Amino acid sequence: MWKEVAILIRKEITLEWRQKYALNGILLYIVSAVFITYLSFGMGQGNLAVTTWNALYWIILLFSAINAVAKSFIQEHQGRLLYYYMIASPEAILLAKVAYNAMLTLFLSLLGFLVFGIVMGNPVQDTLLFLVNLILGAIGFSASLTLVSSIASKAGNNGTLMAILSFPVLIPILLMAIRVSKNSIDGLDYSVSLDKLLTLLAIDAIVLAVGYILFPYLWKS
Amino acid sequence: MRAYWWKLLAILLLAYTLVAGLLMDVPRLPILNETIRALFFHVTMWFGMIILLVIAVVYAIKYLRSGDLNHDDMAVECTNGAVLFGVLGIVTGSLWARFTWGDFWTNDPKLNGAAIGLLMYFAYLILRNSIQDIYQRARISAVYSIFAFAVFIPLIFILPRLTDSLHPGSGGNPGFNAYDLDSNLRKVFYPAIVGWALLGVWIASIRVRLRRLSRKLEDKLINQ
Repeated sequence: MWKEVAILIRKEITLEWRQKYALNGILLYIVSAVFITYLSFGMGQGNLAVTTWNALYWIILLFSAINAVAKSFIQEHQGRLLYYYMIASPEAILLAKVAYNAMLTLFLSLLGFLVFGIVMGNPVQDTLLFLVNLILGAIGFSASLTLVSSIASKAGNNGTLMAILSFPVLIPILLMAIRVSKNSIDGLDYSVSLDKLLTLLAIDAIVLAVGYILFPYLWKS
Repeated sequence: MRAYWWKLLAILLLAYTLVAGLLMDVPRLPILNETIRALFFHVTMWFGMIILLVIAVVYAIKYLRSGDLNHDDMAVECTNGAVLFGVLGIVTGSLWARFTWGDFWTNDPKLNGAAIGLLMYFAYLILRNSIQDIYQRARISAVYSIFAFAVFIPLIFILPRLTDSLHPGSGGNPGFNAYDLDSNLRKVFYPAIVGWALLGVWIASIRVRLRRLSRKLEDKLINQ
């Protein structure tokens, strides 16, 4: 099972690397989005409130994650999906996709953080907490988005459907992540954010477990 | 559907709720005053919604296990009923907030959670309409409905408890228990929950029968 997952993850990475335009596209997407917000909010005066910084960062991350994960079931041909269906178990496929998408989302968020830090300044005081929070957020985003994207791909693959299905489902994760991230920016003590981190972890676990149980039914059709 | 005692029970309970809920003596409290009656017509909506959603999820799971379209009918109509209750709950809550907090909408975790939950179930209804094949539609929407329920529960039960809230019953504000010293409110509140929930199931079951009949008719037309 784990070997299967590892092979599938390697396959995802190889595929992504072969058609670089998708990866480069999403990287450019996040950089341009950051730059647009920089131009429309900061105008180089550098007086962006910390709350605004935080909210903007997570909103940009949300949209890039949706765009990045949306293609995970769309980019592959019908025939290839049938081939996977015959050789791999649905659970392994889901876990591989979630793991790969979590890595991708995490990579995107780090890139976003870097660009944000360069153009708008880096107000984060507690970087370790910020990064832990990013990891948990990325796992939650990718777990729910992977399931939603497989639902959307069954329903005619349009972008609107992907967005309306995923927004409400992502909001609990987003809310928790934004709060912890605000705490880490303010450099508050760990004990303040601990219960929120645990809640975030619990939501991640719920989403992942439900996805794991439900995915085989989607995969069958 | 032949047993109709519970429909009579629903009518009786709701008649009792309307009469007693509007006419009984309620505790006189500052700010709240008469709006405490919202307990019977607003709080009960959320109970009705949750009960219908639980039924919908149970039938969604049943559908995934059996592939019987009758289960799917039940799941979708219970969700429809839950959405109706949710909308009524938001509207009544908003009216209540106008007269106690002074605004139709405040930035409160409970209110936002309820609104997001409704968005989730509107998305479910849109998802259903976007799939043509009925078996595919039933399966995919069952999966989404279970997934949405798993996210909805922490959203309305856990997250509001982590933050301060103006809403009665959370963030240090007393729920109705504190005002209900002689248990008079309870005498109407609990029957009202049962009454509204039964009404919701009644509406859902009528619509399920409508669905089954129209499917039968369609089959007849195709197969003639």
